[in-house]
Amino acid sequence: MPSLDLFLQPEIFLAWTSALKTVVILGLVLTMVAYSVWAERKVSAFIQDRIGPNRVGWAGLIQPIADGMKLLLKENFVPAGVNKFYFSIAPSLAMVPAILVLAVLPFGSTLFGVPMVIADLDIGVLWVFAVSSLGVYGIVLAGWASNSKYPFLGGIRSSSQMISYELSLGLSVIPVFMITGTLNLGEIVQYQVDNGWMVFPAWFSSGAGLLEITADSGAMFGLSLEKSLLWIPMLISFVVFLIAMFAETNRVPFDLPEAEQELVGGYHTEYSSMRFALFFLGEYAAMIAGAGVIVTLFLGGWSLPFIPDGSQGWFWGLVNIGTFFAKVAAIIFFFLWVRWTLPRFRFDQLMKLGWYVFFEVALINIFLTAGILAYLQS
Amino acid sequence: MATVVSRPKLSLLERSYFPAILGGLWITIKHFIKMTFGQTKVTMQYPEQKWDSALPEWYRGAPTLVKDEHDRERCVACQLCEFICPPRAITIKPGELPEKDRWAKVEKFPEKFDIDMIRCIYCGLCEEVCPEQAIFLRKDYSITGLTRAEMVHDKAKLYELGGVMDGLVHKWNEKK
Repeated sequence: MPSLDLFLQPEIFLAWTSALKTVVILGLVLTMVAYSVWAERKVSAFIQDRIGPNRVGWAGLIQPIADGMKLLLKENFVPAGVNKFYFSIAPSLAMVPAILVLAVLPFGSTLFGVPMVIADLDIGVLWVFAVSSLGVYGIVLAGWASNSKYPFLGGIRSSSQMISYELSLGLSVIPVFMITGTLNLGEIVQYQVDNGWMVFPAWFSSGAGLLEITADSGAMFGLSLEKSLLWIPMLISFVVFLIAMFAETNRVPFDLPEAEQELVGGYHTEYSSMRFALFFLGEYAAMIAGAGVIVTLFLGGWSLPFIPDGSQGWFWGLVNIGTFFAKVAAIIFFFLWVRWTLPRFRFDQLMKLGWYVFFEVALINIFLTAGILAYLQS
Repeated sequence: MATVVSRPKLSLLERSYFPAILGGLWITIKHFIKMTFGQTKVTMQYPEQKWDSALPEWYRGAPTLVKDEHDRERCVACQLCEFICPPRAITIKPGELPEKDRWAKVEKFPEKFDIDMIRCIYCGLCEEVCPEQAIFLRKDYSITGLTRAEMVHDKAKLYELGGVMDGLVHKWNEKK
């Protein structure tokens, strides 16, 4: 069949599989965004001994659609005195970077031999940091273009917060690259498949073990000397990265740009209708992308111990994809759980934490990792 | 005299926020789990569950007109309730019964009897003042409407809500 051959030519095959993956992931993530809003309301309600949305559909499951419809039908109000151009593009600038991050995340191993990552970049992590820090432009522009004091304060807070936390965010993951020796997210996941998750290195394929249990598949379960030494800097990295990610995605306890009680909603005070919805979607999409990065770097990505990857058949490929999204959902639940537990930090406390604590901890952690690696190699 | 409240001295661990954060997370997850497994008692789900069965005998709901067991309207349009009503929610237009009517000996009857439920304050003075035991506050509390006109209960609506009440005093019976 000549027409089928055309589709299987390498370049064309790459083009249509990438397009298909993009569409599927975009649809999946936007659905996750909608339902993480639902989960946010449900989790907050349960934590506060309430029931939460339960009117639209079973357990309120159609609530996101109703919310979306409501926001679509509302008046798209533009206040007088705003800078119309920046006012209009700011919501998109907040939304787009969050979604662009998804391009490099390996959300599965392989399915029918196709790698489950949209763009397999060798500079994967750099792309993540470069693009996700662009998200702050949407907030700053919204705050500035609104010509109103509360959004302005929100925008200023957002930019200063970004500067103080981007540093520790970037520095805290350097130990991961020192250990794995690559920036490619797919290879980092593969390293964790072979050597155990960064925060839970309990199995390995080679090396001298302190405790060893050999499973049927040949993989060994246990803790090696090498792993247990490197476990310490990995845990520090994980905690610093997780906290910096809270600040990066403007979640409580670092949601100072929004700060409903102080800034009446912060940067999106003047927005209504779909423009407001875009900010909302962008915030949750950033949360999902951030959770994806955390899962990929520290929690083994799509891998589960002793579960084969997609080369063993399409079923395992699907299991890997499901594992990735289950882990992302777990991290999102943690985000929600923290939001409804902790109060907001004061701005000086936040700056102090960022500059005096996390920056130093991340920096020292790099030297600690380097020392351990040097010791292990000697 | 100014008093100095001494700040508690926090240990290094306490200043790291972690014990307080973990304690808070533990509290919230306990609430979450209890709610998930339905062990938390929550508010009554109002439109589905109502407290009707728990209403006390003396509950003052919407004022209604009642008929006796002979299906005769008890109101004689004396207008006492109209006069006593504090928010002036009641409007009565009395009418004479025709001579040949079986109940003509009863002085009058209300041609029109309106209670404006937007005005009504559910005080129960109309029930208290009525010499004929014709008006009673029943247990309807959810009086809603889309227009102001809908919120005015006319005679038909009042009898529909009030229904028939047995065992009332019949002081006109011997004159029938």
